[in-house]
Amino acid sequence: MTFMPALRRIPGIALLLGSLAFAAVAIAQNDDFAEAGKLFRSGQQAQALERVDNFLKANPKDARGRFLKGLILTEQGKQADAIKIFTGLTEDYPELPEPYNNLAVLYASQGQYDKARAALEMSIRTHPSYATAHENLGDIYAKMASQAYDKALQLDKSNTAAQTKLEMIKELFSSGARGTGKPAAGKSTSTIVAAAKPAPLAPPPAAAPASPPPVATATPAAPATPPAVKPVEPAKSAAAPADSDVLKVVNHWAKVWSDNDVAGYLACYAPDFQTPGGEPRADWEAARKARIAKPKKIDVRVESPKVKFTDSNRVAVTFRQSYRSSNLKVASTKTLILVKAGDRWLIQQERVGS
Amino acid sequence: MITMTARHAGTISPLMRLLRLAVAAALAAVVGQAAAMGSRQAAQKAGDEASQIEPEAMLVKTLIEVRNNHLEAALAEVEKVIQSYPNFRLAHLIKGDLLLARSRPLKELGEAPNAPRDRIEDLRDEARVRLARYQFERPADRVPKYLLQLNAEQKHVLIVDTRHSTLYVFENNNGVPRYLADYYVSSGKNGSDKTKQGDKKTPLGVYHVTDNLPRARLGALYGIGAFPISYPNEIDRREGRNGNGIWLHGVPLDTYSRPPRASDGCVVLTNQDLETLGKDLRIGVTPVIIADGIDWIKPEKLEEVRKDLVASVESWRRDWESLDTDTYLKHYAPGFSSGGQDLAAWSQQKRQVNAAKTYIKVKLDRISAFLYPGRDDLAVVSFDQDYSSSNLSNEMKKRQYWVYEKGRWRILYEGGA
Repeated sequence: MTFMPALRRIPGIALLLGSLAFAAVAIAQNDDFAEAGKLFRSGQQAQALERVDNFLKANPKDARGRFLKGLILTEQGKQADAIKIFTGLTEDYPELPEPYNNLAVLYASQGQYDKARAALEMSIRTHPSYATAHENLGDIYAKMASQAYDKALQLDKSNTAAQTKLEMIKELFSSGARGTGKPAAGKSTSTIVAAAKPAPLAPPPAAAPASPPPVATATPAAPATPPAVKPVEPAKSAAAPADSDVLKVVNHWAKVWSDNDVAGYLACYAPDFQTPGGEPRADWEAARKARIAKPKKIDVRVESPKVKFTDSNRVAVTFRQSYRSSNLKVASTKTLILVKAGDRWLIQQERVGS
Repeated sequence: MITMTARHAGTISPLMRLLRLAVAAALAAVVGQAAAMGSRQAAQKAGDEASQIEPEAMLVKTLIEVRNNHLEAALAEVEKVIQSYPNFRLAHLIKGDLLLARSRPLKELGEAPNAPRDRIEDLRDEARVRLARYQFERPADRVPKYLLQLNAEQKHVLIVDTRHSTLYVFENNNGVPRYLADYYVSSGKNGSDKTKQGDKKTPLGVYHVTDNLPRARLGALYGIGAFPISYPNEIDRREGRNGNGIWLHGVPLDTYSRPPRASDGCVVLTNQDLETLGKDLRIGVTPVIIADGIDWIKPEKLEEVRKDLVASVESWRRDWESLDTDTYLKHYAPGFSSGGQDLAAWSQQKRQVNAAKTYIKVKLDRISAFLYPGRDDLAVVSFDQDYSSSNLSNEMKKRQYWVYEKGRWRILYEGGA
């Protein structure tokens, strides 16, 4: 059995934010920001704060500036103030995972694990493959587990504690940490902020959200770029009803499979279904029939499905498939390509992985 | 100081999945064939308790969710248990596991690192026992074979199954024992069949409640109250068993329950259960039968034994009234004893006494009879005896132990109760 990472890029958001934050910003003011970043990295927090405050005076809403200020305050031990900053960011930019993560780190440092957990779960909800948040969440759970064990065993002082090492994100729009599928190279120490990538900072995109960051578009576009806002939001909301139709079909497919209902299962597949090995349809059906009808008990579950429309009649659904039968347990990532036939969605392709 | 490490983003998600499977498998090992669960009859408790949440059922629900790999749901369930029973240690342990499962693989229940192994083992035992309790389907058409006959005063009878850490309450429904409730109990650290003072075992036998000790008279260990029972009884003494202070009691207030094998021989209930149960206990009346595993039999079979025994008792009574001392003495077993008298001494005394009488009248009332746990050849019969004769009358409560030898019941012990 194979375990495929369920990583997925969320394109567009970084671009969008970049555009929101910088459309109205004069280039010169970026000097304060850059300088604040340098000072922060060299440990001169008081000066860094001064610079970033300067920058924020002119750009009070700026996400990166506020983010940096949060980091500086954290370094200065002003946790309450830092929490305020990051909380504000989560309110203004709920689609950004980084502020949630850092908020969680701060909560955790105060022993408020439930709050930390909630914040991390928000972070992951916005970016399901956000590696740092996953790691941190794991640590939070370990910490909470330790508390529970202490209660279970009535230990006076905790000796069940797992090592907690929560990681603060120092870079907004850190695509690496959000999970590109590529491991970050080596151990990075303090150079992360400086490595702010040009791509997300690039001025507003005119491109469709799914396309890669248009590094080329160096000229700051006019602030009047409302279309840039649209691609993310409306796409999501408009997709919702169609999503649920597709998910209904996928869940039905898992159910008839679980019910050993061979006919119902095969009916989920389109007439032009591409058999995985390219074998004749009849052979594939026979093999499936044997597999599905044979086990006494099958339980197939679809977890964390992601629906991605290629167009209105074709959709890819990637999910964790957990399969249990009387003698086998497998979890894997699976992708189904469904096509619309009349008013029904049918499976045209099925493959392992995303 | 903020630390940063680069992490391998691609490993997270599959790892998390693996963990889920691992913890599910680990807990499933404890859950066992939990698939068959769910048919257990809910404890039929009095109206005011109907609304109470049954923590054991909730905990089992948690484990079933784990088995089905619904770890989120399992966590939600266990949180509910903890909310209602904040001192339920086993629930905290399972919660710990469910949380830890998100950051590392688990092999078994209770993965707390660096935790004292004995305490973990205790909690694992409790999990196993509670699951087994929940899974066990009490045979609805059968009764514990010990309950031969209840008298009208005995509204309730307790049967403790030390092997399965369960205390059953049967109520007396016009002489017919009817299941009322069952509770998780802890018993002796070293098991059952107590023989000696300090052996930390729970006695097996037929006893009754002898006292009700209020909380104010008790140490913290006993929780909200205690009901001493009549160990050692006449047969225990006869067999040389000693020790004392066997009680039904509660648990310290800082815990919801104790492990299955935890006491020095007492039968320990949760405070909540003891409070419920306490209302049904009558000093000097309520029988407490302790068995190492319960034999369940069809009421028809029980009735056969009962008839035979009760007929023997009636025959003994009649023969006593008849003043035919030889026939009367045939009801006594060769091994008979009563307060220092053996059969010979007893026979001699009876012959003397009866010789001086012109008549004897014996009335028996409120007869109860219990088969002794683990011993099909021994029964305890208790009754109110109204004795009158030409020269002496008295009324007393009497207890007899009857032994089945050579195809008939005979009296092994007789004395005031």
